[in-house]
Amino acid sequence: MLATLVIVFREVIEAGLIVGIVLAATQGVPRRSLWVTYGVTGGVLGACLVAAFAGELASLFEGSGQEIFNATILLLAVCMLTWHNVWMAGHGREMAREMKAVGAEVSAGQRSLAALAIVVGVAVLREGSEVVLFLYGIASQGGASQSAMLIGGALGLIAGAGVSALMFLGLLQIPAGKLFSVTAWLITLLAAGMAAQAVLFLQQGGYLQVLQSTLWDTSWLLSQDSIGGRLLHTLIGYNDAPNGAQLIAYVATIAVIMGLTRWEHARHPRGSQIPRPA
Amino acid sequence: MKSVLLVCAALAIATPAFADAPIEMTLKDHKFTPAQVTVKAGQPITIHLTNKDATAEEFDSTSLKVEKVVAGGSDGMVRIRPLSPGKYPFMGEYHSSTAQGLVIVK
Repeated sequence: MLATLVIVFREVIEAGLIVGIVLAATQGVPRRSLWVTYGVTGGVLGACLVAAFAGELASLFEGSGQEIFNATILLLAVCMLTWHNVWMAGHGREMAREMKAVGAEVSAGQRSLAALAIVVGVAVLREGSEVVLFLYGIASQGGASQSAMLIGGALGLIAGAGVSALMFLGLLQIPAGKLFSVTAWLITLLAAGMAAQAVLFLQQGGYLQVLQSTLWDTSWLLSQDSIGGRLLHTLIGYNDAPNGAQLIAYVATIAVIMGLTRWEHARHPRGSQIPRPA
Repeated sequence: MKSVLLVCAALAIATPAFADAPIEMTLKDHKFTPAQVTVKAGQPITIHLTNKDATAEEFDSTSLKVEKVVAGGSDGMVRIRPLSPGKYPFMGEYHSSTAQGLVIVK
């Protein structure tokens, strides 16, 4: 039961933190809960599919299908987060001020929401497929462990959702004016961490075999196995022993998002108070 | 930055990955055999993991920086980057009470 609790808790937190950031970043955008629900539902359905076809998926691309799949969906999320941040740079002020958009702004806002719904879906898909595989494994062994597993899983889900909710409520304590710039930063670092993780999957799949040596090791200070290390890994891409290619991907992602944000910012001179990670 | 990444990608495709033969490892009754492998430092390693259990398992190690799901009755390649000398534990995440192992790098 404890194993189930720990695994479900861990995976729920990882997906939940991302959902929390997305919810905080879309404060005041109409119909956002609908889109987030789409994202979560799509992610759960996708997770079941991925788990069901785990074997087939793995055997694609000369046995590197799983790695390619993981890297692809992470990079998709990076693109969607970038797009959202850049869009916010152009429209954030109007949204912060009026808290409800009209006309063209609504449809543009919906597009940004759709991007974030994909990010939510991808996060739930990735963590959810692991939970499904794990629970299926325990369930197929049968016996008395099943009820314990259910209880453990439920407790893990509740605890994980609770921590994610605390994070979300904490973000809401930030004054509305500053909230957008905080979430812009969070999304930038989230995207950078995902890009670095995608590089790791590509390397694991036998691609991008360059600059693989570990640059430094801070596991003595904060192990990535610890809860704190895992939280920071999800939030800002903390890695206790990164390699060169990962660092390049991390820094490049931040640079690209900042660059595009400034460029978009310059195109909308009226919105000079809008959030930008700079 | 982008061009650097492109050059990296080109290099990666041109470089033949993992010349050394993979290490054979089996998972049965949620235990790894061998549970301990010794490898040379500074060389990429590949573990060919055959899962003889009916259920899926995730070969997981934060110190080795690797996570790979191997479906039940299936097999998979676990590719690990070149390592510096030390001990690197790994586990089967779905049955971590029994599925434990260690990579020793010399």
